[in-house]
Amino acid sequence: MLEYARWKYILVTVVLLLGVLFALPNVFGDDPALQLARKDRAPVAADALPAVESFLRERGIQFERSYIDSGRMMVRFANVPEQLKARDAVNDHFKDTYATALSFASRAPAFLRKMGLRPMPLGLDLRGGLYLLYQVDVNAAVGQLLDGYAQDARRALSTANIAFKDVTVVKNGSDRSNAVRIVLPPEADISAARTALAQPLQGLQMTNESLPSGSALVATLTPAQIRERQDYAMQQNITTLRNRVNELGVSEPIVQRQGLDRINVQLPGVQNSAEVKDILGKVATLEFRLEDMQNSAYEAQQTGHTPLGSKLYTHTRFGRPILLKREVIATGDQLTNATSTPSQEGPAVSIKLDARAGEAMLKTTRANLNKRMAVVLIEKRRETSEVNGKKVTRDITDEQVINDATIRGIFSNNFQITGLSAGEARELALLLRSGSLATVIYEVEERAVGPSLGRDNIDKGVRALIIGMAGVFFFMWIYYKTFGLVADAVLLANVIVLAALLSLMRASLSLPGIAGIILTVGMAVDANVLIYERIREEIRKGVSPQAAIRAGFEKAFSAIADSNVTTLIAGVVLWVLGTGAIRGFAVVLTLGIFTSLFTALMGSRALITLMYGGRRKLTHLSI
Amino acid sequence: MEFFKKQTSFPFMATRKWWYGLSVLLMIASGVSFATRGLNLAIDFTGGVNATATFTQTANVDAVRSGLTAAGFKDPQVQNFGSSRDIVIRLPPEGSQNATTIRAKLEGILRAVDPSAQVQQLDVVGPQVGNELRTSAAWALGSTLVLIFLYIAVRFHTWRLSLGAILAVMHDPILVLGIFSVTQTSFDLAVVAAILAVIGYSLNDTVVVFDRIRERFETNRRLVPALALDQSINQTLSRTIMTKFVTSIVVVALLFLGGPVLRGFSEALLIGILAGTYSSIYISSAIALDCGLTAEHIFPTVRKAAADHLP
Repeated sequence: MLEYARWKYILVTVVLLLGVLFALPNVFGDDPALQLARKDRAPVAADALPAVESFLRERGIQFERSYIDSGRMMVRFANVPEQLKARDAVNDHFKDTYATALSFASRAPAFLRKMGLRPMPLGLDLRGGLYLLYQVDVNAAVGQLLDGYAQDARRALSTANIAFKDVTVVKNGSDRSNAVRIVLPPEADISAARTALAQPLQGLQMTNESLPSGSALVATLTPAQIRERQDYAMQQNITTLRNRVNELGVSEPIVQRQGLDRINVQLPGVQNSAEVKDILGKVATLEFRLEDMQNSAYEAQQTGHTPLGSKLYTHTRFGRPILLKREVIATGDQLTNATSTPSQEGPAVSIKLDARAGEAMLKTTRANLNKRMAVVLIEKRRETSEVNGKKVTRDITDEQVINDATIRGIFSNNFQITGLSAGEARELALLLRSGSLATVIYEVEERAVGPSLGRDNIDKGVRALIIGMAGVFFFMWIYYKTFGLVADAVLLANVIVLAALLSLMRASLSLPGIAGIILTVGMAVDANVLIYERIREEIRKGVSPQAAIRAGFEKAFSAIADSNVTTLIAGVVLWVLGTGAIRGFAVVLTLGIFTSLFTALMGSRALITLMYGGRRKLTHLSI
Repeated sequence: MEFFKKQTSFPFMATRKWWYGLSVLLMIASGVSFATRGLNLAIDFTGGVNATATFTQTANVDAVRSGLTAAGFKDPQVQNFGSSRDIVIRLPPEGSQNATTIRAKLEGILRAVDPSAQVQQLDVVGPQVGNELRTSAAWALGSTLVLIFLYIAVRFHTWRLSLGAILAVMHDPILVLGIFSVTQTSFDLAVVAAILAVIGYSLNDTVVVFDRIRERFETNRRLVPALALDQSINQTLSRTIMTKFVTSIVVVALLFLGGPVLRGFSEALLIGILAGTYSSIYISSAIALDCGLTAEHIFPTVRKAAADHLP
């Protein structure tokens, strides 16, 4: 008699049922769909559905159904042409309310979706799209912080009436780096300077330094402060990139940190990389400044001598020189909203400022009625060029005066900027809304996969999976007869449980991932083979069938455990060190070891005990 | 059905010198090819541009190549990829590579050859990313080998088995690298993943044989080592062949049906699995034997108390 504990039967049954349930969403396939998100980013309410549905019906666009999914409206279509028609119509009619994105929606029945069960998301290589890897200049972020400290130090010393020779930022010096150096004259009272600086330079490590021409105080950033600043810059950039990606209306985008100073952006379904990259990587902000009306800009341009307190610019639109006061009334960071709107003077960007900037604006406009104010657009970018065979990168800051106008009324936090083309107004509004990047980012890797190639990859992967599995199933059946069929059932259960785990983890499935599943099928056979060969050996020795089964499972166990640990090591190393698709393979390989151990050891034992355990007169095994 | 109706008794240990010779020869050949020809590293490791495009008819590879050269791209590589209508273009890394301008240029060149040519895929990898991936791949390979060495040393109590396993395990990726170097098949990140999987699988077989050796010695400590090893390999032989055969079925399915993207990956796996089967049968145990493995090493007799050493 063979026996197997009841709780093990229950465990196997429960795991299998859960596996089927979680893996189920994957079998229904997907339809082309249109995703609608509210432009103000509020979740779409269910009562918004009828309006869109009746609009689509009115336009004669066939759709399958529509529903709300995590705050966004999804409309499913039978085919791609209808989907595209719908997108154009919705973009045209609801352009102020909704941002649209082309997407795929699972055909899985609604009850699965309501339970939060979804199919595995597909990687970019399987659905087409754009992968971008950005490098963030985190050192520049630290430099900005130091510049800020230097400015504060200067101000504090001036307020305290302490004479100083110079305040400089030491970014990467020979003896120290990431520090602010305050050079004091020989007669200076160092302790008074220290007291004055204690508050603005709080937290920095302050040391004295004696120079031939006096003394200096050096305030150095601690490693923790540097790391904090770098992390802050990363986080800020990720948030901004996320906002921009959302503004672009990409469905299911991924923006994530990779390592110390990289951000990877995955945009499924995006084909036009030029447009997207132009917006994603832009470091742009605005400054509002008064025009210097006392001095002549032409004179400043000709003599090359700019009056104190002013800065010379060239007007982007008219090409004429223009002098602006150095004081900034408000900057793009103080914006609470920006939208592009048509106005009497052509396309415009409606600006809403926060309370502080609104107050400053109110004060300025009140005091400067009928004077002129300008808007400066500041863009930073990185350029690589080759000089004498050496690669030189420099950061370039473009400052453009995009608009200047006479202040005709008093306004505070609500006004419009004109003087832009329709496209420029849209892009500027988007950039301002999504916030500015903390530092310059530049692209180090780009991978684009066309949609038909993605479809082709998935078809090939699935075909290889089916044919490979069929081959294995057939051969196992031929070689081990009834026991082979048991192994086949166990292998199938293994694939189901693996698919369930992957769906639960929301790990995106890539082509190497499919290869991993196929490989898991091949390797999961091993545990069964080890057991069956043992059973055969025992039978050859003349042991009774049931005793042979028991001995087979018991004796094979140590070999099965040992041999899986070695593959596990390779899988875990890949998981830890790999990125992208390679990690996808590692995840499948590693999870596959656990699922195959479970199904081969517990599942097949349960099944075999069920088949042979109760028979009193078992004389022959079909193995 | 059974491969071997009766228990086999091949004298593996007696012929081991021949197999050593074969392996040493293969290793030397791999090393020479690796040193002289190197690997055909993909842009994952070198940085650069990789693009695939589809034509409506048979692609004119030469026209595309000369178009690229005329447009100022240095040493472009253009090859058919999967079918005669698909091509892959590889460009070495350049100073200021901008994917947008490259795409525009490429599309222009392709359209000149065939107006309805389509760029299917465009990868641009910066040189520094390539360097990093190279380092992390080396780390992955190195740390896997070290971890496995530690595992074996702990699991089998004797360096003789550990050494056998490690040499057998290194044998397989070296052979894969050698063959990739001889055929100049593109060596990308997926191939590294395949090699790591191969290391795991190859060891898998060795471990099963070692497990049996331990069992043989456990039942009979006085068994002559060479005989114990022969018996162990023979007793696990049908399992080794069966498992590897079945795994090869799926890998062959991947190789022929998985498309060109997975070709390198599946080739590396197939070579590795075959090499792994061979090395775990012929190499790993034989090395342990030549290192003087006996039952004593696996099951040390319990020493008597330290009092023995006292006069």
